[in-house]
Formats: sequence, C-alpha cells, structure tokens
Amino acid sequence: MAETSVSMIGSRAVLFQADCPFDLAHQQRFWAMADAATKWRGVCEAVPGMTNLTILLDSVPDDLDTLTGELNALWGSGERKTVQGQLLEIDIRYGGNGGPHLSEVADMTGFSVEEVVRLHCAPDYTVYAVGSHAGYCYLGGLDPRLETPRRKVPLTRLPGGSLSVAGLQTGVSASAGPSGWNTIGCADIRFFDPFRQPASLLKPGDRIRFRPVGGAA
Amino acid sequence: MIRVLSIPPLATVQDLGRDGHWFEGLGRAGAMDQASHRIANMLLGNAATAATLEIPLTPARFVFETRQAFAISGAACGARLDGRPLPRIFAGLARAGDVLELGPVGAGVRVYLAVPGGFDVPEVLGSRSTQLRESFGGFDGRVLTPGDMLKPINFINPVLPPSGISLDLPDFRLPAGGMILLRALPSTEHDSFDAASRRAFWSKPFRVTRQNDRQGHRLDGTPLTRSSAGELRSHGIVPGIVQVPGGGQPIIQLADSATMGGYAKIAAIIEPDLWRIGQARPGDKVFFQEVGLEEAARASDDHEAAFSQAEQALADAFEDQVCWA
Repeated sequence: MAETSVSMIGSRAVLFQADCPFDLAHQQRFWAMADAATKWRGVCEAVPGMTNLTILLDSVPDDLDTLTGELNALWGSGERKTVQGQLLEIDIRYGGNGGPHLSEVADMTGFSVEEVVRLHCAPDYTVYAVGSHAGYCYLGGLDPRLETPRRKVPLTRLPGGSLSVAGLQTGVSASAGPSGWNTIGCADIRFFDPFRQPASLLKPGDRIRFRPVGGAA
Repeated sequence: MIRVLSIPPLATVQDLGRDGHWFEGLGRAGAMDQASHRIANMLLGNAATAATLEIPLTPARFVFETRQAFAISGAACGARLDGRPLPRIFAGLARAGDVLELGPVGAGVRVYLAVPGGFDVPEVLGSRSTQLRESFGGFDGRVLTPGDMLKPINFINPVLPPSGISLDLPDFRLPAGGMILLRALPSTEHDSFDAASRRAFWSKPFRVTRQNDRQGHRLDGTPLTRSSAGELRSHGIVPGIVQVPGGGQPIIQLADSATMGGYAKIAAIIEPDLWRIGQARPGDKVFFQEVGLEEAARASDDHEAAFSQAEQALADAFEDQVCWA
C-alpha cells in the first residue's frame, strides 16, 4: 500500500496525501474520498487537490489519530469515482505577449516552440481539481516531456485567461493574480460567475481541449 | 448615510468572509483583522457577520449626510470627529454634516468603520465581503473611491452615551520589543527543512517586506532550505499557511489567499493569531512560536472567551454610562 500522510495546514484544515502515481485512476480515488468525507460530522468541506485531499473542519481537532485512521481506511478501500464530464473546447493564442515564457519552456524541454505547441494541444485534458482561485481548473494529461520547474520568483500579476505549465500540470487562469508557473499562451473565457448556478464553469471530471488559433507563436 | 470624501486605494467592505465555496476555488476573503472587525460591530450591538469598511493605510475622510451612529476599531489613526479627537476604539453619534477624519496610522495598518446593522451591500454567495480578485461582493465588487455613498442596514441608531463609548483591546504587538507573536502548528513539509532552517524559523525574527497586501505577506529573514527538494503536487492552502518558495523566504497567506498552492509549507499560523498579522506593516518583525493541536484548540477557546468578556464589559459599562448620563 502506498504511503500516506496527514498534516495540519491551518487550525481547522487538514491535508491528506498519498504517495501514488499522478494519473486519472488515482485521482478518481480522491474524488471518491472527497464525496465520502464531506458527509462526516465536523467536516465543512472536503476538496480534492492533485492526488491529495483537503478537509476543512468546524473546530480544532483534539488530535489527528482518529481522522488519520478514518482517512487511511477510506484510501485503503480503493474506491474510485468515475465522472462522465462535459468536453469544453478552448481557443488558445500560444506565445506572444500573452505567453511570455513559451520560448523558455522550449529551451527547458529541448523542443522547438512549434513542437511545444503541438505537444501541448494534442491531448484532451481532464479537470482533476478546481481551486487556487475561483473557477480555476487543475488539469491532468500534460505530456511529461513538457515538465518544467515552477518559477523561483512568482509573478505578482498574471492576467486572467493565461495558459501556464509547471511540473506535470497545466491550466488557464480564471482571473488576474499572482503565479509561479510558466505562461505559454492565453484564451478568452469565463470560468467563474458568482451569479451563475453553479458559479464554477467546470468541475472535477470535465475535460478541456485546446485549439491553437492565429497570432505569433 | 456616509459619503466618502477621500480614501486610500484599497479600502473594501468586508465581513467574516465567504465560506462554503472552497470547492469552486473561491477563497474566504473577509476582514484581515477579524478581531477589530468584530469589536467595531460589537460596539453598535451588531452581529459579528455585519459588514464593516476595512480601511488600510489611512488617511481617509468621510462626511455624515445624516445623523448617524458609527464605530471605529483597529489601527491607531488619530481619528477626529468634527475636529474632536476620538479614542482608537470608539462608538458614538455623528451629527449631519460632521466630518470623520482618520489617519495617518500610528500602530497597525487597518481601521474598521462600522454602522448599525452593517453596511447595506448585497449579499452574494452568502457574504458581503469584497472578492477583489474575482471583482464581486462588497461595494460593486471594488475598492471604495471618493464620492461613494455608504448606507447602513439599520436606520434606527442604537442608544449610545452622549460622549460615546470606548473599549480596551490588547495591542497586536508584544509590549516588549514591539514584535508580533504568531503561534503556529508545524505543517506538511516542516520536517523536510534542514535542522538549521527549522531552528531559525522557530527562533529568529522575520521582517514583513513591502510586498504585503490582503493576499499575503512576504517575509525576509534567514533563508530556509529543505534537505529534500522536488516539486509538490498542488494541494489545499488556507489563510495563515506559511509557505517557503525556492528562494527560501517565507510567505504568509492571508484573507485573500488562494485555495490551492504548490510551495512547501513549513507552518500554519493558528486562527486566533491571524488578526495580529493582519495589522502588520512593512518593517514590522514577526516571530513564530510552535504549538500543538491541544494548545491551538485552547487558544481558540480563549480567543472566543475574550470576545464574550468584552461583550459583557461593554454591556456593564453601557449600563453604568446610561445611568450616569
């Protein structure tokens, strides 16, 4: 069984992690865990991250032993949640002012700019988790050859609609804010609307396909 | 009714924050210094959830268009009503035409202005807090600007002593040395920092840099290094988390924190201490004190008990003053 860990990330916030491969089959286990843990007494929200799970509690726990036991049992059950999600196509302008780090990513990965674009828009990506900022989707499915490190000094303001990569992750920012990722393109899309029900456009299990459109790459 | 005459750039309407939408990636928002927010509300008999105006780095000026009860709390800012100096924490009645002047701030950075029932802005997704990144909630989803008119929810003013009421609140800084104490739980990657870094984190002061806002504070101090490196997969974070990016200088995430992040987490500041860091300004020194869950739970209880006591003291003082007046 993969090694697991439970730690505090706030007075009333707990992070569960498992040392497991970063793939859809394992992510589906965290979706199932989130559904189950949300119903536990004392749990306000249980939200999947990227092969991890965050639990927000209504009070400071006395100790972590009980919760650790329950979370390990849940993980150990191996239950997976499969989702028949929607497929959203998003037009992306790769490179240029909206993708300032595209050539750096090309240098870091040893590909040409054109190859980076081709590799990046090839797969259908699955929404693994929603978070960071409202409506933002963490995607699984990035070609491992496009793996890059996060930036040592985060950018203080990246515009909404920016397409970025870091590690084995990629995604399009839903609003302007700071970012430690490498930005390779931009899109025009609204991922979150507080007056829409539900407010977030996508949920875990939905899929995204990127379509490169005009502009200098 | 209050009209804004002048206001610093990042004044926003806030309450205790927007819970329950974390699964959609929506952060909590809410007052940076929730203790001062609650005290301002308490002085007027409001619920803690009533919306106040958070004013960072005064000076600001307001004119009361009508006779209006109000309360201020938070940073010391040399407040004056119609030229008359007010205590740091104060509730009283303004006459129509009175001008409330705040600032410049002495200690702390954020002043909270409350009115009966809270400010009348629409509730969106269960809260009146301004969500600055997503541009909704609060006052049209934006920061206040001169000319804005702020309405109270209750037009009936509470009965207040003619000279107003005040209240003592502990300073957010320690009396000796003026440092800000932050109690914290060791977090996920704590043990992966090398021994010298862990020692430095729990014993040396860190300075609040100029890069600080509602999202968080970047600190400057002994660089912290991990013995095992490697990129982390994105995971949940909450206000109070202390992250350490590759550069080795910690970042404290605060009210407008993201809901997920990817930097190593060395510690999590306990909730009852977050109001203090919400009043920190560039150059202030903070230091971290390690606590366990038991102590964290006790600190939360003590924090709530302090509010209950303040409420009781207020009720007593109020009775005395009303009788005396």
